[in-house]
Amino acid sequence: MADTMERVQRIIVDRLGVDSSEVTKEASIKDDLGADSLDVMDMILELEDEFSMEISDEEAEKINTVGDIVNYIESRS
Amino acid sequence: MLTGKVAMVTGGSRGIGRAVSVALAEAGADVAVIYAGNREAAEETVEAIRKTGRKASEIRADVSSSDEVQAAVKEVLETFGNIDILVNNAGITRDNLMLRMKEEDWDKVIDTNLKGVFLCTKAVTRPMMKQRSGRIINISSVVGISGNPGQANYVAAKAGVIGLTKSTAKELASRGITVNAVAPGFIETDMTSKLGEDVRKDLLGQIPLARLGKPEDVAEAVKFLASDAAAYITGQTLNVDGGMVTA
Repeated sequence: MADTMERVQRIIVDRLGVDSSEVTKEASIKDDLGADSLDVMDMILELEDEFSMEISDEEAEKINTVGDIVNYIESRS
Repeated sequence: MLTGKVAMVTGGSRGIGRAVSVALAEAGADVAVIYAGNREAAEETVEAIRKTGRKASEIRADVSSSDEVQAAVKEVLETFGNIDILVNNAGITRDNLMLRMKEEDWDKVIDTNLKGVFLCTKAVTRPMMKQRSGRIINISSVVGISGNPGQANYVAAKAGVIGLTKSTAKELASRGITVNAVAPGFIETDMTSKLGEDVRKDLLGQIPLARLGKPEDVAEAVKFLASDAAAYITGQTLNVDGGMVTA
């Protein structure tokens, strides 16, 4: 479980250039971490590779916080 | 120049698309030739590409169909491994004066010439974003800039392609993908051979370089935009028209 969070955290830090301490489960990717819609798209593609899964556009639109990503990935694995 | 690259060319079997396919192959790219109906022409183009020593295959798809486009892109990825260059060239005409233009003529031309560009671009965006590089080259037309009587549908689609090019370029620039348009003038192909002698003569009078263009003239511009030499160019429209339109 912690492992998923860590991997998600690493991708977000890498993509958005934020400090890892900011990437909490409650943090909103757009509002708190400053991602624009293209950044989110980009991150989704990276997550797909990292976790070897496809994330549909519909699912991607529902993602708001870091926790949403972690929960989604864990529900799929 | 393009060694190791994979190109996908829609409407690649004949006319400008054929010349583009062969030129990209001569520059070192493997080419997927997308065709709508003329299998024989597509096979002939694939043969011409293989003679250059590059890989090629023909794939049938109607670019106005989302399902067919997605299937074609999947097939290209499976066959060639990736897509570095997309040339949106597929186009049709249904010319008529506004007063006589049927709604169906309008829809058909917009669906193939404009929506087709959208669908193909959308389908390659994901793989290109993942590899953080890509070249998209849309074939517009100078009539999309100047207008042309009897071609309201075609002109609207080709002008739309220029707008689509600019927006997509801005969206994808940060991901290393460039998007440009090439606007041919009066090029000798099957599409323009239908024009009457008087129309041809009249058109020739409007071309400062005083000759019709060859498909190869357009292919050279596409090859340039697909190359590393054009890395800093995006969102632009390059007219290849003998000087016909200078705006």
